[in-house]
Amino acid sequence: MSELPLWVTIPASLLLILAGIMTLIGSAGLLRLNRFYPRMHAVTLGNTMGVGCIVLATILVASTLSGWLVLRPLLILALLILVSPITAILLMRAGVRRDPRRPVPEE
Amino acid sequence: MNTVLLWAGTFALFCFALALACAATRLLLGPTPQDRVLALDTMYINGMLIILVLGMHFRNDLYFDIALLMAMFGFVSSAAMAKFLLRGEVIQP
Repeated sequence: MSELPLWVTIPASLLLILAGIMTLIGSAGLLRLNRFYPRMHAVTLGNTMGVGCIVLATILVASTLSGWLVLRPLLILALLILVSPITAILLMRAGVRRDPRRPVPEE
Repeated sequence: MNTVLLWAGTFALFCFALALACAATRLLLGPTPQDRVLALDTMYINGMLIILVLGMHFRNDLYFDIALLMAMFGFVSSAAMAKFLLRGEVIQP
């Protein structure tokens, strides 16, 4: 079993802890906030930060263990960055359309 | 695996499991349908993060592909449900 050097262990551990705390804050906001729009904002913050930190830590550890630069986890980050605004836009439009306080209906 | 990294990964797994429980609670008692769709979206992203941390623990590259597939299919299902809430039908004629 090859041992990781110290300059990889400490940043990877910090990134893992930061990702855990960020995701927990986002999901607690989803549970605690009282209306739909604040809930959507909390979840977006937590998940983007959590996925970014986890992917960076994974790249760091896998590159050190294998000896060359492993960039395959960046594909997950790119996919999520590309795709999560589309889900947010669709959900937000659905929420606005189904909002009972909307004054004048469209069409 | 290093001991510090192992404990950091265990802490991250604990946080993700707690976040998954929060999202599941919102999924159960969410007042409107768009709240439930948002909670499901959060749940699959949390599950994908758990899979990534497990892949780092077990040092297996297959977990990356599993996480990628989870992200893709989760996006497709969330977009389809949001589209259904928006229009009442998934694919417009």
